[in-house]
Amino acid sequence: MTRDEIFQKVRATLVDALAVDEDEVTEDAVLTKDLGAESIDFLDIQFKLEQAFGIKILQGELFPEGIAQDPRFVKEGRVTPEGMELLKQKMPHVDFSLFAKDPSIARVGELFTVRTLVNFIEAKKK
Amino acid sequence: MRWLWIDRVIELVPGHRMRAVKHVSLAEEHLHDHFAAGPAGPARPVMPTSLVIEGMAQTAGILVGHSESFRHKVILAKITRAELTEDATPGCSLFYTASIERKDPVGASTAGVVELADPGSREPPRRVGSIDLMFSHLDNNMQGLEFPDHNFVFGESFKTLLRASGVEWSA
Repeated sequence: MTRDEIFQKVRATLVDALAVDEDEVTEDAVLTKDLGAESIDFLDIQFKLEQAFGIKILQGELFPEGIAQDPRFVKEGRVTPEGMELLKQKMPHVDFSLFAKDPSIARVGELFTVRTLVNFIEAKKK
Repeated sequence: MRWLWIDRVIELVPGHRMRAVKHVSLAEEHLHDHFAAGPAGPARPVMPTSLVIEGMAQTAGILVGHSESFRHKVILAKITRAELTEDATPGCSLFYTASIERKDPVGASTAGVVELADPGSREPPRRVGSIDLMFSHLDNNMQGLEFPDHNFVFGESFKTLLRASGVEWSA
């Protein structure tokens, strides 16, 4: 499966899950800020990706879980260096370069772009 | 779940499918307000679509809750899709069939079919729509929020409904 074929399927999944127009779903689009995704939508997207690509996504594999509640990983609303390392290790499909400059926990949602999902599926299909 | 919008569970295949019925009655007060007589014309009582969705949410929510012996607080989190092509009027019966499509520790997605039986017709219930939903298991929510220990979602009124329907579950 080529990257473009993956992107087309991811786009169709997001159009269905978030009721957005196809042309809004670009690789750079942020799921929360640009496409209006809320927390439950992340679960919906996960379920729909599993169905679309015939894969199984484990809990916390695509989107982070349990990090914000752990004081080792988040202090005063910011992800600690230890937390950042854990995030990078758990989610190699995510680009952390911009987030690392201002690792506010409130910005975690901005980490997830359409490209993130395509990266994740591409790695999963290898 | 204090305000019940289903009258009986007809069929339950644990973890897979549940079918329930709601009989629409003119004795229900909301029907007199929806739609009340006014300048536009005489009263036209129909079951509000929002309550049809709630009926499906209760059917699917019980199915999801029952699959884990009601250990989780199962909350409706998203109406993924809702399409209804006909109104239910007094005397009609609505049949809700919900199926679990996917479930994990955080939540579940369900697909639902709505059928309508009209007492004026001798026809079997006919499909009038579909309602797909997402449920969240409140104690495993992604934001890590905490809620009271007791299961305030599945209260006594819903247990009465289940017992009256002959549905069993392990405590």
